Amino acid sequence: MKVLEALRIAMRALAANKLRSVLTMLGIIIGVGAVIALMSIGRGVEKYVTDQFAGLGSNLLFIAPGQITEGPPSLRANPVRSLTLGDMLAIADPSRVPHVAAVAADFQTRVQVSRAGKTVTVQANATTPEYPLVRNWNTTIGSYFSTLDSDERQRVVVLGSETYQQLFPNNEYPIDQTVQINGMNFRVIGVMESKGGGPGGNLDRSVFLPLTTGQDRLFKQKTPNGEYRVTVIYASIDDSANIPAAQEAITDLLRERRGIKYLDQDDFTIISQNDLISVFGDILGALTIFLGAIAAISLLVGGIGIMNIMLVSVTERTREIGLRKAVGAKRSDVLIQFLIEAMTLAAIGGMIGVALGWSLAQIVSTFFGEFQAVVGADAVITSLVVATAVGLFFGIFPAFRASRLNPIDALRYE
Amino acid sequence: MMQKNGRTNGRIPVIALRNITKVYQMGDVEVHALRGVDLEVYPGEMIAIMGPSGSGKSTLMNIIGCLDVPTSGTYELDGKDVSRLKDDQLAAIRNHKIGFVFQNFNLLPRTTAVANVELPLIYAGMGGRQRRKRAEDALRLVGLGDRLDHKPNELSGGQQQRVAIARALVNEPSMILADEPTGNLDTKTSIEIMELFQRLNQERGITIVFVTHNPETAEYCNRVVRIRDGLIESDETRQATAGIHAVKAHAVSTNGHETTMVKEHER
Repeated sequence: MKVLEALRIAMRALAANKLRSVLTMLGIIIGVGAVIALMSIGRGVEKYVTDQFAGLGSNLLFIAPGQITEGPPSLRANPVRSLTLGDMLAIADPSRVPHVAAVAADFQTRVQVSRAGKTVTVQANATTPEYPLVRNWNTTIGSYFSTLDSDERQRVVVLGSETYQQLFPNNEYPIDQTVQINGMNFRVIGVMESKGGGPGGNLDRSVFLPLTTGQDRLFKQKTPNGEYRVTVIYASIDDSANIPAAQEAITDLLRERRGIKYLDQDDFTIISQNDLISVFGDILGALTIFLGAIAAISLLVGGIGIMNIMLVSVTERTREIGLRKAVGAKRSDVLIQFLIEAMTLAAIGGMIGVALGWSLAQIVSTFFGEFQAVVGADAVITSLVVATAVGLFFGIFPAFRASRLNPIDALRYE
Repeated sequence: MMQKNGRTNGRIPVIALRNITKVYQMGDVEVHALRGVDLEVYPGEMIAIMGPSGSGKSTLMNIIGCLDVPTSGTYELDGKDVSRLKDDQLAAIRNHKIGFVFQNFNLLPRTTAVANVELPLIYAGMGGRQRRKRAEDALRLVGLGDRLDHKPNELSGGQQQRVAIARALVNEPSMILADEPTGNLDTKTSIEIMELFQRLNQERGITIVFVTHNPETAEYCNRVVRIRDGLIESDETRQATAGIHAVKAHAVSTNGHETTMVKEHER
């Protein structure tokens, strides 16, 4: 018997018991719906986060003091020894570290910025002039400070976009206006592009000033031997293929500069963007396994439901099966008919589940706005195939039972 | 081939049973439902197989209908031995050679008359358009040309049985096997159905085998085989005593009431 014919019979049988069919599908609907919704949202978040990382600057290495070790901070060895501007300059030397396109140093601390009676507490980034280049980040108004500003320890400041909005509420032109940072007057020379939140806090809520000005005039946080202390050094590498080589060269350089003996641990950490993304990927991977487990359980329950209803259906339709056999249906005809019925049940459940999951994902992304849920064709196809396979698997036993019915007994069945 | 077989009238019997036995194992007891049945049915015959319950009548019907196989003996259907076939081979034989009519009609619910009649053709692998045409023709033949798309619950008992007869006819089988076809019908409708069978038999030469314990059904047949305790008790060929070409009832055949009267008088 043709599959198409079996499909038509199956649709008719399912339509005859609409409520029962829908209730039977529920397990599959919930399973597939949950997977589609969560996978779509997961993908949306992943894309959002990946975009955020990409926004940090391309092929970026983060070099920070201290070592990320296991266990709570109080138990960690290695009291933190700061990185310095000297470290940054050494990294910038192409004869020491190849493949480095640009390097910037950043000293971060909290400051109070005020203007015209308004005061905001924001993060100050005291940086070297290459900072915009390394972070792939430009000003919208004015410009970033120059090497000259830095050398002369000028009291100039570039505002993050949100800090600008807070201090200049009426979109006043900020250039050459004066703001006070920790009570000291600074001249505004630029405003950064809006970057949004991301790893390492919201950089729109910050101010940028020369490292030299900050350390010499404002914070006075030089190292005991008079070096400029920095929180983090950013190195942008010319090509992503060269990142491991650059990372190794920087490690060797810093170990040498900091006198770390053979076999002793580094007292600094180099993190690449890929490291950050892979950490995030690990989290996402764990989440995916969790989702998979939910889906598997739900599909299992759904499959058992299908088997149950198919067994009921076979019993109810014993006479029909007897008749079909009497007029010439072979075992395989009956088997295929009931298998297709089970698969149709599961496949329709899967489709409803996909629609449900998709709607849910859309609602969630509308609600949060920050990211857009991505419903992948692969996820849809995979769930439909898996749902149908569940129908097939759990339909085998009832269909086999139907195919083995003796037509004489089946016709006489009341 | 006719020469070789050399059977009566020089024709191959539709049904040729030779020393058929059927033994059921019921726990430790062996039940001998059939103890050696010989029977030949020729094309164009309209025959009633009668017997009280427990006589082996149903077992014989199942074997003739290729729903079951005998324990011993041979069964040739249209000259082909079918007594040792497997399930799926029997299904194919039923599909091509036998049209079933049941007491309780056995139509698929929520399915139109045409779709019900198409059922054997589906399993014969016929394409949709041709199938539909054949089913419509069969329904017209049984007088239901205006009820093609009615569902069983929209049809009277007699009409439902006509659909079942159309379904039995549609594959142009070698014989129609009818199991108490009027058992669920009132007297008037029973007569209509029996006359339909008679007409199909006389005008189209279709071989019809009734399995019944109802003597009224037998009156329409020109041969009555009685079975008792798994053996054929009598095999009587005669002129039908009821229906359209019956000797006595000819004049009153269109009037169900009077036909019944005649029968009662005979008794």
